[in-house]
Amino acid sequence: MKENMVSRGRYGNYGGQYIPETLMSELIHLEESYEFYKKDTDFLKELDTLFNEYAGRPSLLYYAEKMTKDLGGAKIYLKREDLNHTGSHKINNVLGQALLAKKMGKTRLIAETGAGQHGVATATAAALFGMECEIFMGEEDTRRQALNVYRMELLGAKVHPVKSGTRTLKDAVNETMREWASRVDDTLYVLGSVMGPHPFPMIVRDFQSVISREAKAQILEKEGKLPSAVVACVGGGSNAMGAFYHFIEDKSVRLIGCEAAGKGVDTALTAATIATGSVGIFHGMKSYFCQDEFGQIAPVYSISAGLDYPGIGPEHAYLHDTGRAEYVPVTDDEAVAAFEYTAKTEGVICAIESAHAIAHVQKIAGSMDKEDIIIVNVSGRGDKDVAAIARYRGRDIHE
Amino acid sequence: MSKIREAFSNSKAFIAFLTAGDPTADCTVNYILEMERAGADLIEIGIPFSDPTAEGVVIQEASLRALEGGITTESVFQIVEEVRKQSQVPLALMTYLNPVFYYGYEAFFSRCHSLGVDGIIVPDLPFEEKAEVERVAARFGVDVVSLIAPTSKERIRTIAKEAKGFIYVVSSMGVTGVRSKITTDIAGMVKEIRAVTDTPCAIGFGISTPEQAAEMAGYADGVIVGSAIVKLIEKYGANAGEELYRYISSMKAAVK
Repeated sequence: MKENMVSRGRYGNYGGQYIPETLMSELIHLEESYEFYKKDTDFLKELDTLFNEYAGRPSLLYYAEKMTKDLGGAKIYLKREDLNHTGSHKINNVLGQALLAKKMGKTRLIAETGAGQHGVATATAAALFGMECEIFMGEEDTRRQALNVYRMELLGAKVHPVKSGTRTLKDAVNETMREWASRVDDTLYVLGSVMGPHPFPMIVRDFQSVISREAKAQILEKEGKLPSAVVACVGGGSNAMGAFYHFIEDKSVRLIGCEAAGKGVDTALTAATIATGSVGIFHGMKSYFCQDEFGQIAPVYSISAGLDYPGIGPEHAYLHDTGRAEYVPVTDDEAVAAFEYTAKTEGVICAIESAHAIAHVQKIAGSMDKEDIIIVNVSGRGDKDVAAIARYRGRDIHE
Repeated sequence: MSKIREAFSNSKAFIAFLTAGDPTADCTVNYILEMERAGADLIEIGIPFSDPTAEGVVIQEASLRALEGGITTESVFQIVEEVRKQSQVPLALMTYLNPVFYYGYEAFFSRCHSLGVDGIIVPDLPFEEKAEVERVAARFGVDVVSLIAPTSKERIRTIAKEAKGFIYVVSSMGVTGVRSKITTDIAGMVKEIRAVTDTPCAIGFGISTPEQAAEMAGYADGVIVGSAIVKLIEKYGANAGEELYRYISSMKAAVK
């Protein structure tokens, strides 16, 4: 036993398992189960069927011709994760983890959610697998996203408004961890991003890596060459990690993560972890976090509830430090403009999260060569954001 | 003998926890001294953290109150400094890893050493990650306390073998907080620990009444009480001294 009891799940200096002892046995059990099933052909076949027959994969790689012409430089392709069942990339990870949970004999799924995308995806998988489901959501967010709360309830989940701390996403993660520590035997915590203690960053990345596996094959088929850049938004970083993963080895491909700068990186109202944070240890991992001078986790802000998280996954921290990926801040204003631009130019209402990635494409595409190709990951659809964007523009619309 | 071992040397130990800075730093100094007078053998001082994931509502709220009151890692060390002017009671700090990491391991443990802090309890630092602080803590003579939980099972012996100071036996699943009943097979856990080490074991999580304390003390070398104390401080604020004295005295009498 001793030999195995060393730090696992490292990306350079980042990652690890900084978690109470109560959860360690279960994390080890989860890792062992995952290592077994990821090589099990039946498991992989079942997951493939779920992806293709239920979630609607493979997702399209769409040539955004009007956007390309308008920006006047690199050819732009949209990876359409917004077309997945439940409307975002979140379903990829959730189906994988729910299937794993079923194989492990679990009958109950719990999860945190910010805007509700991950909660809805988890509730969906629980309904499909006939499992119990409880979702933890900051009280503040349950008010802002009342429609998603009802959606989760419609799918059979129980939604717990989290009243501790800042009553937002990080507190929802805290509360889900506390719940898991009180009941592990029949329950899997379906973590929603490439964060938390090992093995979650690895498991979530692997399930999300279907995005880059498909995108790489699709672009080679359409263009016969690799893209010059892959661009994705980053909160915890699961859609970006999925979009980057199979391109990491292709050194010619620039990997660009777009963080939520909120009102700007020089203000306190930001969630840009790489731009404004520093190294710390929180939520089970060593990585970059927004924190104060005493290591207290800072409240963060973004118009996008999905990017409103004070940390970033440890593999991103590593890709940042090694220079393999670049991380850039994008403000609320820029994201809202990109949200509207994408709707008008391509007829695609993308999630406000994804609009952060498109905003950066707007900045760089024009100065790139016509031979260059950019793949931008449209991580989700924007129906959930329409009312908020209207309010941002001064129209008082409520769902 | 380390000061922590000393706390266990006379009789069964009663270990009292409180959150530093709740309601004020001055109160914390007074309450520590009061609890020592009432018979507490070791005091655990919580450095509040914004996101205490192993804590129940009572200590979560105390942490937020203290942080809103402006308490910092530095001011917790000042509390210790004040206490040390008047008392040599064994002291341990309880906090999450990030405030320690951010302060700097070297600076943190050197400060502990010079102020006579004898141990540290870090709930988000499991065995696998203890290399993070182990060497520097040892160099400054600070024991990093190991926790063993109801789920630890085959991990118990490995953890216990390398344990320093005392072993924190987590009585229940979940987070800290008062419980009406503790159903874990504590005796079985302690037996596993005893098979490999004579490091003292103290049981914590959920204990609030003298009856529970007496029962738990029967299984081990000491008991740890946190939420029940923090609740008293929450209720009586700056005037909790007498209540604390009364409560700790009754708990200490029960574990003897």
